Amino acid sequence: MKKKRKSLKHFWPMYVMFLPGVIYLFINSYIPMFGIQIAFRQYNAAKGVYGSPWCGMKNFEFLTKTKDAWIMIRNTVLYNITFIILGTILAVATAIILNEIRSKKAKQAYQTIILIPFLISMVIVSYLAFAFLSTSDGFINNTIVRWFGISAIDWYNSPKYWPFIIVIVNIWKGLGYNMILYYATICGIDSTLYEAAVVDGATRWQKVVHVTLPGLKSTIIILTLMALGGIFRSDFGLFYQVPLNSGPLINVTQTIDTYVYRGLIQNNNVGMSAAAGLYQSVVGFVLVVIANSIVRKIDSDSSLF
Amino acid sequence: MVQKDKGFQFFANALMIFLVICVLAPFFLMLMSSLTDEQTLIANGYSFFPEKFSLYAYKYLLVQSGSVGRGYIISITITAIGTTCNLLVTLLYAYPLSRKELPGRYIFAFYLFFTMLFSGGLVPAYLMWTQTFHIRNTIFALLVPGLLMSPFNVIMMRTYFTTNIPDEIIDAARVDGATEFGILFKVVFPMAKPIAATIGLLVGLAYWNDWMNGLYYINDDKLYSIQVLLMKIQRNLDQLRQQAQNGSGNVNLAELPSTSVRMALTVMGILPVMIIYPFLQRYFVKGITIGAVKG
Repeated sequence: MKKKRKSLKHFWPMYVMFLPGVIYLFINSYIPMFGIQIAFRQYNAAKGVYGSPWCGMKNFEFLTKTKDAWIMIRNTVLYNITFIILGTILAVATAIILNEIRSKKAKQAYQTIILIPFLISMVIVSYLAFAFLSTSDGFINNTIVRWFGISAIDWYNSPKYWPFIIVIVNIWKGLGYNMILYYATICGIDSTLYEAAVVDGATRWQKVVHVTLPGLKSTIIILTLMALGGIFRSDFGLFYQVPLNSGPLINVTQTIDTYVYRGLIQNNNVGMSAAAGLYQSVVGFVLVVIANSIVRKIDSDSSLF
Repeated sequence: MVQKDKGFQFFANALMIFLVICVLAPFFLMLMSSLTDEQTLIANGYSFFPEKFSLYAYKYLLVQSGSVGRGYIISITITAIGTTCNLLVTLLYAYPLSRKELPGRYIFAFYLFFTMLFSGGLVPAYLMWTQTFHIRNTIFALLVPGLLMSPFNVIMMRTYFTTNIPDEIIDAARVDGATEFGILFKVVFPMAKPIAATIGLLVGLAYWNDWMNGLYYINDDKLYSIQVLLMKIQRNLDQLRQQAQNGSGNVNLAELPSTSVRMALTVMGILPVMIIYPFLQRYFVKGITIGAVKG
């Protein structure tokens, strides 16, 4: 008994340490989790989240019935799949090539520069994209298009180009980050494996296929699974800010996140916005749990939980 | 063999240099446009090699326009305060989480963890911040929502503590009569400086680059950080462009910053990051690798 009291006295400062974090997470994360019930209510600003009348699943009906819902879900999922496939292939390829470069200084310089886009905000990215794509004074319309003697392209009103632009911008911004992840894994591969391969007379290509790629396998699988867990999420800035919120592009730029924002702020449709958000959270939750349980089976150290 | 390797090295370097050019070209275009004479810009558009240079945009931003100076002050303030508070909360949560002898620590671990798996989303958070906490158009809107603590960082720091700080040191400090807070700040924190620097850098970057809280909660131009200012200018331009297309409204482009001024503002938005980045590059790389591979 005496010992127990002593241990409690001993431990209380640690519980106090948790306090700021516990309070912050309660406000920032847990209150909104309870507030998600607004998806099942007919929102009334005067009555607030907890006073608005219930309306069952009415807010969710559009998810199965309208074309808007289909478009935003299709876009979110397809863009993510493209990002995962192309992003992984390019990142692995560049990491392998970077690793083959002999000059240490050059390696360092390439790594440093290719990571720069990771450091800037999507607002800045949207300005950079505009410098290229602006209809009246953009670089492409003023220089490249002129070389080929074709008429200026109205980029921000032409949806057909945007799937490519979005993918290019995403890869431009994320390549350095992913490359560094894979490069770090390559650096961690046991060097005796390479030495043994050299003794066996392996060519450069054979070393890549038989040593480097097997060494990268679990990292590739884990990062891909984690990305699949987030397949219902999207980078709001990439899909809203980079296309400059242009109306004609909405069919190819609307994702769940931009829909939620537009519904909430621009169209004042709180119920449907919340319903889309809840749908995203629930599917995302299920996907992350599934992805994680697979990752845990492959490599328990890399799983989230 | 050597000859063959030379060929490959040339190919590999050429490929990397191509990537480097792809990465840097947009920044170069931005820098050049910010230094271009305004009339030349109107005539030739954005160009890598402008015909006529001018420092007008920077003079305008630094001398005539108060919004940039204010934007810098807001950005620096929120980055400094936000990063400090974030690190403190992270440290305070990660340390007890790393103590194996603490009863009930799994409850706190789960409490932290669950926020990474499930979220209420934007709508309830927005309604709470605006209606319960009345955060709109206050400095708190730029500091608090979503940014003050990241569960990922807490787990990163916890892992660092469990793997790098031996129990014996903490036990020895306890025997010497140190309090738990004393141990945390005098023993553990000095040993955790590398991880604190790494996390601090990532958090600082997140604060410096944040514009979404500004989009949701700020309309008062006295509270525009650099990023929020850039975002708002672009929104105004979009609206004017759309009005011009619909043929409605009085389009007055003269009220908005000219192209070179906007580009100069973009340069100012990334300048501080570019200045510190070369010196702290290895911390960024470390933050990325330990953050993603070993959570």
